[in-house]
Amino acid sequence: MGFPHKPHERETLVLSKYFGDPEAISLDGWRKRGGYVALEKALRMEPAEIVQVVKDSGLRGRGGAGFPTGVKWSFMKPGDGKPHYLCCNADESEPGTFKDREIMRWTPHALVEGCAIGAYAIGAEVAYIYIRGEYTEPIARMEEACREAYAAGILGKNAMGTGRTVHVYVHKGAGAYICGEETALMNSLEGRRGNPRIKPPFPAVAGLFAQPTTINNVETLAAVPHILNNGADWYKQFGRADNPKSTGTKLFSVCGNVARPGNYEVTMGFPFKDFLYDLCGGPLPGRKFRAIIPGGISVPIQTVEEAENSPMDYEGFVANGTMLGSGGVIVIDDAQNLVKQIARAARFFAHESCAQCTQCREGTAWTTRILERIVAGDGTHEDLDTLLDIAEQMTGKTICVLSDSCATPVVSGLKKFRGDFEALIKRKKVHMVPVQVA
Amino acid sequence: MAADVKMVNLTIEGRPVSVPDGTSILEAAKTAGILIPHYCYHPALPVAGNCRMCLVEVEKMPKLAPSCATAASEGQVVHVHTDKALEARKGVLEMLLINHPLDCPICDKSGECELQDYTFQEGRAEGRLRDPKRFNPMEDFGGDVLYVTNRCILCTRCVRFMDEVAHDPVLNVSERGDRAVIGKFEGQDLTHPWAANVIDLCPVGALLSKDHLNKARSWDLDRAASVCPNCSQGCNTIVEVRDNQVVRLRPRSNDEVNKYFLCDHGRLNYRWMNRQDRVSTPMVRQNGILATADWEIAIRAAAQLLAGKRAFVLASPNLSNETLFLLGRLTRKAGGAGAFRVNQGPEAPLPGVEDLALRSDRAANVRGAELAGFTRSDTPLAGMQAGDVLIVADEELAGIDAVDVAKAGAILVIGTTLPAWARHGANVVLPIANCVEEEGTFTNLRGRVQRFLQAKAAPGVARPSYFVVGDLLAALGEGAGYWTAGQVFDALAASNTAFAGLSYDTLGLRGLPMAGATTGANA
Repeated sequence: MGFPHKPHERETLVLSKYFGDPEAISLDGWRKRGGYVALEKALRMEPAEIVQVVKDSGLRGRGGAGFPTGVKWSFMKPGDGKPHYLCCNADESEPGTFKDREIMRWTPHALVEGCAIGAYAIGAEVAYIYIRGEYTEPIARMEEACREAYAAGILGKNAMGTGRTVHVYVHKGAGAYICGEETALMNSLEGRRGNPRIKPPFPAVAGLFAQPTTINNVETLAAVPHILNNGADWYKQFGRADNPKSTGTKLFSVCGNVARPGNYEVTMGFPFKDFLYDLCGGPLPGRKFRAIIPGGISVPIQTVEEAENSPMDYEGFVANGTMLGSGGVIVIDDAQNLVKQIARAARFFAHESCAQCTQCREGTAWTTRILERIVAGDGTHEDLDTLLDIAEQMTGKTICVLSDSCATPVVSGLKKFRGDFEALIKRKKVHMVPVQVA
Repeated sequence: MAADVKMVNLTIEGRPVSVPDGTSILEAAKTAGILIPHYCYHPALPVAGNCRMCLVEVEKMPKLAPSCATAASEGQVVHVHTDKALEARKGVLEMLLINHPLDCPICDKSGECELQDYTFQEGRAEGRLRDPKRFNPMEDFGGDVLYVTNRCILCTRCVRFMDEVAHDPVLNVSERGDRAVIGKFEGQDLTHPWAANVIDLCPVGALLSKDHLNKARSWDLDRAASVCPNCSQGCNTIVEVRDNQVVRLRPRSNDEVNKYFLCDHGRLNYRWMNRQDRVSTPMVRQNGILATADWEIAIRAAAQLLAGKRAFVLASPNLSNETLFLLGRLTRKAGGAGAFRVNQGPEAPLPGVEDLALRSDRAANVRGAELAGFTRSDTPLAGMQAGDVLIVADEELAGIDAVDVAKAGAILVIGTTLPAWARHGANVVLPIANCVEEEGTFTNLRGRVQRFLQAKAAPGVARPSYFVVGDLLAALGEGAGYWTAGQVFDALAASNTAFAGLSYDTLGLRGLPMAGATTGANA
């Protein structure tokens, strides 16, 4: 559904079917809409069977990286004598992304159910839902949903009367972008400073509290009950026929200079051009699309021509030089100062860098200073070379990918819209010369 | 090495390396004599992997690998000095320097700064920052530590030391991004007895010793390997001297004793080594007046004093094994006895390192004094008989009753200073060098024998203590004196079974445990 707009006929409503439906929020309402059937079914299955179904469905991580969920779950070795944990990444801090927010606001029980199934499938008795602190309404909804689920015996020591133990806890973050990075999230959950950890060890070996941990995005987990209810083949049908690697539906959050911003759920491989002009209503009156960032601010900027050729799935975006990312589509039209937008993005990363790695701590701030200077009309052509050089230093050399994310819009922006930068530099402000007093 | 340790073989810069499984590439490279530049890594601290300086190229790995956090594995081929790795390190160095004040001319760390060293080695010749630099004010961290925020590279060695080694989590990283600084938790200070180690751990000039502040340029310092004389732990130190004044003590790494650390008491308690009230010439009492004399005359006078008399030696437990051994021989020859007393202070362990503490015995060679046959006592003159020749060896007799001293028939001072009582009471004064002015060995509380070297010159014509006592013995008809501390030590090893099997040369600069001793820090 194009929430807050009415659903568009070309959308495929799976996760967003009940967005805007206040009755779906409560446990009773959710049960009436088919809730917790999948969990009950799952708890009577062997964990390995669930993992296999999810593997077969082709579900991939919806947080940005697109790692196959079933494969990730299969890393959790049963019977290793250690407590396992499931973390649900509800930090959703990627600028331009607000799909998880709507899932938690309108269908909190879908997430509780997904977490419970996921936890059971990986041999965990405890799942943590880590929600960013700014999401006050989703936090309240999720906490209420957990309370209801416990009261109804869905969660707890004897989940749904099956004798299995499933706990789901909601944890509030304090509002840091970096806490959406999986290992930083775990540090934050443990009560430490939210700094990403060096990998290896990977979370499946030593994650939360140094125990085997799986971490999944809200949208990923919310899709799991549907897969169990309808089967892997049902889920696999959504997608391009020529690309079996991306399956299912995906929520896209659209923001920026577009007629109808909002959340849209489409099948994988949906034509991006139709998406932009049909579902989202095209540009604002009298404007033209210029640049599109299709997967949250961390992915490369596309020109509108590139974007219009992309099918909306993991491979489709990669083939056009960008990434699906988190599905946060940011649309920039011809009335915007693109350099200013990129500078703003860089400022965000500079603000949010955890300060561990040198290149990120210094590089994000340096990039920001140069960009803001260019925007202010005090840039030089050498600055552009310096920017690219800094970006090169910031790519692939740090513990996590925050600095890569900061470099990405700069590099792609300079590659595709260098003229914008040069125009600002040419219009360089003429400095006042002090008056000479004779 | 135990047989069950699995070894992995890899190639680093074309050199074959074999290390135990689990060793980092950085440590493996060290074994091949290759230093991979690094800042945040320190062998005594948990790996942080945040400076990104130690990036190396590992064949078949898609990205540059942080060598401190990447385990060496079988068949790896590692390149340290390729263009790709070098470019990455240049990038890190430039980023570390963009906000650095570049105030090397007034920085205490200058000359021993890893930021300088690596920039000189492989940094860019010029910076490209055109914008104003970030500025943060300095902060007093308490204890001996001053934090110069602008020079900080946020390697977090100090934070990790306080958290994981001192177990006193006072420091943190405050704020994020390039606003980040090392901070103190509210209301807390770096008052842990080992806190000043963060100064040595700091690879740049961000954490400075207030005691050493603006005192010396590092290239003006003369350095000597030594052993801390301030307690019985026997931490290995570097004594740093400028213009014949000790200006700083720093830890010297020894895995068996102090790892990389030195306590605040040990490092700051060096002013006595520079005392200006030293006795610099031998003196002999003539006609009631203590007059300066030649060494030959003074030694002869001392020997005459002792001839046919019983001697009682009150020795300092800060004298070397060699001197105490010779004093012991002197005691036995004169049919007397010897005693010593030990200053006490509160014990202060460093929790993260096994068996490492500032010990309550505040003297370096308590064990050595006991082995030399001296009796430890709080009333050290109790064993002296009336009419004995009292040999006061580097003891100031502080707090000892003058009546007890007065029982002595004569007083021979073999010391570094001339306290007021000695001006009136001493018959002969033989000036000696203190422990940073001579060579020798100390035996620590676990029975580890460690050498210390001479760091500065003794005042006037003062001579090494073993030399003086050796001469005195020769004047009494025993032996022909000793030229070096090594000769005395070898004589000691030959005559005292506790030191059997040791020789001055094999002790090296890290020392060896005595036979049957509980060995070092990990005993």
